[in-house]
Amino acid sequence: MAWDMYQERILDHYKRPRNFGHLDHPSLSGSESNPLCGDHITVELLLDPEKGTIQDVRFNGDGCAISVASASMLTSKIKGQRLADVAQTRRQDLEKMLSIPLSPVRIKCALTSLRALAEALSTTKSPMVVSESGGADTEPAGDATASRSPP
Amino acid sequence: MARAATTVRSTGRSSAARARTVAGPDHGVAPGLHGCRTDFPILSRTFHGKPLIYLDSAATSQKPRQVIDAEADFYLRLNANVHRGVYALSEEATEAYEAARARVAQFIHAKDPDEIVFVRGTTEAINLVAGGMARGQLSKGDRVVSTEMEHHSNIVPWHLLTQLPGIKLDFVGITDDGRLRQDDLERLVVRGTKLFTFTHVSNVLGTVNPVRELAQRAHDAGALALVDAAQSAPHLPLDVQEMGADFVAFSGHKVLGPTGIGVLWGRKELLNRLPPYMGGGEMIRDVGKDDITYKDPPLRFEAGTPNIAGAVVLSRALDYLSRVGWDDLRSWEFELLRDAHRKLTDAFGDDITIYGPPPGKDREAVLSFSLKGAHPHDVATLLDAEGVAVRAGHHCAQLIMKRYGVPAMTRASYYLYNSTSDTDRLVEALRKVHALLSR
Ligand SMILES: Cc1ncc(COP(=O)(O)O)c(C=O)c1O
Repeated sequence: MAWDMYQERILDHYKRPRNFGHLDHPSLSGSESNPLCGDHITVELLLDPEKGTIQDVRFNGDGCAISVASASMLTSKIKGQRLADVAQTRRQDLEKMLSIPLSPVRIKCALTSLRALAEALSTTKSPMVVSESGGADTEPAGDATASRSPP
Repeated sequence: MARAATTVRSTGRSSAARARTVAGPDHGVAPGLHGCRTDFPILSRTFHGKPLIYLDSAATSQKPRQVIDAEADFYLRLNANVHRGVYALSEEATEAYEAARARVAQFIHAKDPDEIVFVRGTTEAINLVAGGMARGQLSKGDRVVSTEMEHHSNIVPWHLLTQLPGIKLDFVGITDDGRLRQDDLERLVVRGTKLFTFTHVSNVLGTVNPVRELAQRAHDAGALALVDAAQSAPHLPLDVQEMGADFVAFSGHKVLGPTGIGVLWGRKELLNRLPPYMGGGEMIRDVGKDDITYKDPPLRFEAGTPNIAGAVVLSRALDYLSRVGWDDLRSWEFELLRDAHRKLTDAFGDDITIYGPPPGKDREAVLSFSLKGAHPHDVATLLDAEGVAVRAGHHCAQLIMKRYGVPAMTRASYYLYNSTSDTDRLVEALRKVHALLSR
């Protein structure tokens, strides 16, 4: 039932998105669009090269409640984490984080931020894999290259 | 029609109100113009436990039982390939197919059935003209002018032409209130323009463009005029003589007919000069290894086995629409538009933006809007849970989205089976959505 998707938790992240905006000097960034709804999410990362962690993160763009809430939750989760661990994030983790019933169409919305993150990581030593289906993660993250800003 | 078309002559609120009181077994949903809703079996379906309120006719219309039966009837009685067999059944099928062509010609007031080419839909019709023109009818420096108001099907085929050397494509812009910009028309539709292609009615803004005036402007500049009538054919009587254009395209599925059939009308002398864009059987007079001669239009453009059933059934759909009557349909839809525009504005005030011209003579019952704080995708998902089917997205018109600076819009579009009470259901559902999503 569609109304079940819009739980208080989801709406809170939609109306007050965490980590929304831009970083002054991102080390990595990646973008993903959902052509179906015209949505566009960019994830920006600031790396701590010593510790190999994500020191700070922001996302920006335009999206529906599901894609914004998902980006807000995802960025909250990965902040401070080791890059190598973040690269292990799977769509199942995101679905668990959201824990709402999602139709196949709306899963695409939920995955927009994860794909943006995967694109940001695609040129690092810790690339990330986002599968199309709910099954095993066998597909590469795509051939999009992350844009690297000057340090 | 299930009921005599003459019983409810009055239009506007009174007839809608009356319709509401006689709502029959159809779970309390008002029965539409002349009570026609019961002719459309699909509209008695329920979704998520709620009766379906279908507000996506701009995407495709629902089909009356008369049309559904005609489809079965064709395959039960008439099916054979056309223009080939000498046996009686094939002759009957050919006759039905050609009678459908004549019926379409009559529907749009074409002079000659040979000016009617059956195609898959508007998209194929436009590609047929663009593809034909690409075969030696354009030279370096020629320009095609389209508009920012177009469906992608009236942009992409022309964009493909710009791959030819020296062909330029320009777009007439849109005003804030959703009309074509006069200054752009004057600046762009000038000498050197080979073709001016524009939509009759916008599938997003509902704008009715002044076709006759625009076609005249094209001709004054020495250009041909192509009209995308996909959104006008269902709602306005089309008269190709009066429109003054050179090509007119529309889709069967939006005028109560089946998918996979559509119409290209072209002036005979222009079709005669246009090379085929697809080759195959049916369209040739003689095939040699080095030399092929083509048939005359329309068969020159109908390579392969055509959608015979589609054409025949389309003619039945046009019969149905004609029985409804344009005057009644026009006033019914105008009332739907006026009523919806007012109810949405009253309910949401500054929190709603409705795009396109205000209700009036140059506006059809298509309402695209943005609701503050609510993404169209979420709006459509939640409306669906209330049984209300609307479309959310860019509506294959990204130039319009860019013009108004939004990634997507929510669209409610109406047809003869809708009633003003459908808008009550829409507004009621939207209130819930607004309360949930607004910050
Ligand atoms: C204005 C307009 N033009 C063209 C089309 C394309 O029609 P079809 O998909 O039937 O070819 C549509 C359909 O959405 C339309 O609304």
